[in-house]
Amino acid sequence: MRTTIPIGPYHPLLEEPELFRVVVEGEKIVDIDWRTSWNHRSIEKLAESKTYDQVIFLVERVCGICSTSHPIAFCNAVEDLANIEIPERARYIRSIVAELERIHSHLLWFGLAGHYIGYHTVWMWAWRYRELVCNLFEQISGNRQSYAMMKIGGTRQDIKEEDYSRILKTMDELEPKVNMFIGAVLDDPVLLARLKGVGKLSKEDAIKWCTVGPVARSAGIDVDIRRDYPYAAYDRVDWKVIVQEDGDVLAMAVVRLLEILESIKIIRQCVEKMPQGPIAVEVPEIPPGEGIGVEEAPRGECFHYVRSDGTNCPARLKIRAPSYVNIPCFRSRFIGERVADIIIILASVDPCYCCTNRMMRIDDGTGERTLTEKDLLKLSWEKTERIKNKFKGCSRSKLLE
Amino acid sequence: MFAHGAMDFFYFIIFHGFAFTVVAGLLSTWVDRKVSARIQWRVGPPWYQPFADVIKLMGKESIIPEGANRVSFLIAPFLGFTAVILVSTIVWMANIFPGASFVGDLIVVIYLLYLPAIALIVAGSASRNPFGALGASREMNLMLAYEAALLFAVFTVVVKNGGIISLGGILGYQAVHGAMLLQGASCIIAFVVTLLCMPAKLGIVPFDIAEAETELIAGPYTEYSGVTLAIFKLTKAMLLFTLPIFMLTLFAKTVWTPWTILWYALILVFIILVKNVNPRFRIDQALRLFWLPVLGLSLLGIILAAVGL
Repeated sequence: MRTTIPIGPYHPLLEEPELFRVVVEGEKIVDIDWRTSWNHRSIEKLAESKTYDQVIFLVERVCGICSTSHPIAFCNAVEDLANIEIPERARYIRSIVAELERIHSHLLWFGLAGHYIGYHTVWMWAWRYRELVCNLFEQISGNRQSYAMMKIGGTRQDIKEEDYSRILKTMDELEPKVNMFIGAVLDDPVLLARLKGVGKLSKEDAIKWCTVGPVARSAGIDVDIRRDYPYAAYDRVDWKVIVQEDGDVLAMAVVRLLEILESIKIIRQCVEKMPQGPIAVEVPEIPPGEGIGVEEAPRGECFHYVRSDGTNCPARLKIRAPSYVNIPCFRSRFIGERVADIIIILASVDPCYCCTNRMMRIDDGTGERTLTEKDLLKLSWEKTERIKNKFKGCSRSKLLE
Repeated sequence: MFAHGAMDFFYFIIFHGFAFTVVAGLLSTWVDRKVSARIQWRVGPPWYQPFADVIKLMGKESIIPEGANRVSFLIAPFLGFTAVILVSTIVWMANIFPGASFVGDLIVVIYLLYLPAIALIVAGSASRNPFGALGASREMNLMLAYEAALLFAVFTVVVKNGGIISLGGILGYQAVHGAMLLQGASCIIAFVVTLLCMPAKLGIVPFDIAEAETELIAGPYTEYSGVTLAIFKLTKAMLLFTLPIFMLTLFAKTVWTPWTILWYALILVFIILVKNVNPRFRIDQALRLFWLPVLGLSLLGIILAAVGL
């Protein structure tokens, strides 16, 4: 007998609204469908009405966790457009902030992964050590999240000399803990039983579904923006790209944990090599043209395209966030797995659903039509009416069908 | 006669079976929550939190989902609840007046202990929710997995003591010959098996498969709210106290001395530790675990008991 299990739009697992319709036969998954865009914020459109400096703060809020990846990608794009060379010191600061963000994001993911498979001790422990990074951020930038450190042509804030020791100390504190987590994952037989061979992503599928970041790297694809299209200070320090071959959930966990160690390595070198000098250059008028900026966010390649018409606002901003690329690979990973594994496979790409919200307009062939604000409001009212009517004398289970 | 009966009813069923077990059970859940919190570097709730939870739930509205089977949906929580009250009554009665226990009450207790799990299955199926239905099917699988091993472990005791199947009789036997646990290898094996089955019977991590919150929201409990949910919570809390006490009655004669508290605390600590150092098993993994190593162990126990070890 086939049953459809709705995961979302409201589900204790995921904080953000999205809906996976999983069709199961008993405990076996036979099909999966994904609905998104329950909370569209029209960031790309908003960006067209803001100045370049304001857009940085806007894209910082695309995702709460990658809150420095999007600004860096945007800055890269604008700097590419206007041919701006940023100072050496700014490069190092960007690397340090981006890597600290990677550490906190991966620890957050590791904790959540523990929670998803009922391992609450791992959850709390991982988040406790993530706290060290958050506190460090508070000292460096004044914020635990959304650091507002980036600026076109450099960085908005400097990392002070007296903060160096705190950064190094936190890294020393963190390293043994991460090693402990790696040991715990690789040694625990129950964890291995839950993670090994689950949700396998073959190398072919990983290429076919265009996966990026840790998901691709866990399936044996040696790809990393930091090495392939170096930005910030990544070509000035010594580190390596972590690649695993298996493509299962365990490999994804191991890739992320080992990446934390690499990040620690990068941060240490950056702090040691940090050159003196200015942190930003004077930005000239942004000329008309196009620019592309890429950044390796914790979840994978973060892509920004900016087109300028010579005014102080971008004429177009296009964002491709990594989660939007990674999530479709579920189709090749879910079929044949068990219901109990849905959660950990969903979690294994470290999904960020706010990055996946898109507005779609389907042209029915009656000619070009642009939706104005009035149209959108009308659509929204109609939808509310529809839902109200649907609710009339209807049970919840019927609604979900 | 009637007055005497009423007194007995009050003394055993209301006082020991219900009131005392509820208080002790809720306190045990508090210990569980507090110790788990400390292990996880959290502060944890104050001691009255489980009581407050239940009282608050009692005041909430009970919603019956549309399309659910009303009768089964409402009866299910009380089915498990009544069974646990009866179990704790029988166990306490045997402990306080060993003479008052009747022949075969061990069998009755074992059967009654099935009921909370069956209540969960009924609840999940009656609530007409896909998560509830999945939870019910998982609970059924889990029950099939651990019950056989648990049953053999309990019967190891019976084989060992020469066929006494009343709790009072077993307590009397232990008073003469010493705790069952010290009677030989077979009883130690049986005790280990019951310890392994206990988290599954109680629905605690790593065997909270039926209500896995991140997978099935709350499994069979998903549609429950208000009083009915409170009854389920109470059932779980009471089981957390009654089941270890039942096992102690079988394996260690020390019930009703200060040692009881120590023994009970040890079992509780064991359950809490297992809970905090393991992720949740998948249902097929749990089945494999219980049907191969654990069942094998309990069969070994009963064979050893038969040959007198």
